Amino acid sequence: MTDLRKTVAIVGVDESDEIGKVPDKSNLQHHAEAAYNALEDAGMSMKDVNGLFTAGTSTLNLAEYLGIEPSFTDTTAVGGSSFIIHIAHAMAAVNAGYCDVALVTHGEAGRSARSRAGGNASDPGSQFETPYGFLGAPINYAMAARRYMHEYGEEYARQGMAEVAVATRKWAQLNPKAYMKDDMSFDDYHNSRWISEPFHLLDCCLVTDAGGAYVITSAERAKDAKKKPVWVLGAAESHDHNMISQMPNLTRTVARNTGPAALERSGVSHDDIDLAMIYDSFTYTVIATLESLGFCGPGEGPDFVANQRTAPGGDFAMNTSGGGLSYTHSGMYGMFLVLEAVRQLRGECGERQLDNPKLCLINGTGGSLSSTGTTVLAVD
Amino acid sequence: MAYNKPVPVPQGESDFYWEKAKKGELWLRKCNDCNTPYFYPRDISPCCFSKGTDWIQASGKATLFTYGIVQRAPHPGFVDDVPFVTAIVELEEGPKMATNILIENPSFDNLEIGMNLQVVFEDINDELALPKFEPA
Repeated sequence: MTDLRKTVAIVGVDESDEIGKVPDKSNLQHHAEAAYNALEDAGMSMKDVNGLFTAGTSTLNLAEYLGIEPSFTDTTAVGGSSFIIHIAHAMAAVNAGYCDVALVTHGEAGRSARSRAGGNASDPGSQFETPYGFLGAPINYAMAARRYMHEYGEEYARQGMAEVAVATRKWAQLNPKAYMKDDMSFDDYHNSRWISEPFHLLDCCLVTDAGGAYVITSAERAKDAKKKPVWVLGAAESHDHNMISQMPNLTRTVARNTGPAALERSGVSHDDIDLAMIYDSFTYTVIATLESLGFCGPGEGPDFVANQRTAPGGDFAMNTSGGGLSYTHSGMYGMFLVLEAVRQLRGECGERQLDNPKLCLINGTGGSLSSTGTTVLAVD
Repeated sequence: MAYNKPVPVPQGESDFYWEKAKKGELWLRKCNDCNTPYFYPRDISPCCFSKGTDWIQASGKATLFTYGIVQRAPHPGFVDDVPFVTAIVELEEGPKMATNILIENPSFDNLEIGMNLQVVFEDINDELALPKFEPA
């Protein structure tokens, strides 16, 4: 495989103007505001953009709305991980010469949308899952978590999930843009109401309105950007099912493949990583992902995160924005993993800023634990 | 009261499955190349991508592979059902399928992964019945 390390850089990132509870803004408004802000962060304009990437709506909708005619268009939509996978696709497109300034946007009025799309009746899930109430991520992911508890112990798994919820909230308390900043104790976690057992409310991500965008360009053009480039070292993507009932192994996501592949392509190892941005749709997603990526072995996730190891001051920095659990989660959260990774690597995170991080691993998970995209970012 | 949960829309390659379910039978596809039953029904097998496939009748016996107890209805049609059990069951023939477990007062105490189950069929309208499972 061609060595693509540091051939492209992320040069601009931002959210839409307001995130959280934002009545009266559509999905596309969030896309556009985020694009506007990310381009400003990059010191570029919409006229520079010739590659367009999104998920959740077609780039047909998006390009028309933004007023551009892209020379490269990509609506790869495999759930919330899509925006991590777009990094890899932009890297390939820029290197192939199809575009040199790629804009990737996300916008979702997850809380306030006035309409929602239904499923397609001819998709297998419409016949073989939804009639049974397999509707929505909390129900589908809960069954995977229940299987994990069976294999590795209910109390042990529960404690790991609680550690993730509590640690992530502590990071959110340091992020001015975070939606949920109230103190959360372990008792608060254990006493929160059931949504879909074994998930408590506090195992589940937020539902917010938010947009986000980032700009990727060639190493050459990155020199002209306003801020220091955040390099893409390597990436990998895959999916191994769509419906949760078809998942080959409910306790191992396909990050078991994308994690090692992305690290190898990046030329780094687990121990080199200064920050892990791990899609936290649910507390369980984090446990399963850390194991699948290889940060620890199967069944070792709860031990790995024990004693608030991932909280501020802990020795494994993870989800420093406050994550989907406490900062924001519009529906397809992956975009926001990238925003935080770039900001940490640039040193822009204020009170929650890590001490001079150089390498960040991002892992997005989409669908019903279906798809993953893993990317390693770096600064010089 | 009218049934207001999502209703399956059978497709050409699943008509047979739903016709048999309406008669109280659970049928699977089997790949003749590797002799492996699979679910959900597809004319071309996912294991070998073979067109050499048959229908076989399942015994209706299964074990509980995993489950969740839904406490917050995800759709208006399920409001009167909560708490209800979503489950993935492993059929005696090997494939796994999504279903519901019909059990009073579901809890971690009366639902044990690995427990034996038996298929039952719930009529949802004049054309369709859903295969569900109850403790054997």
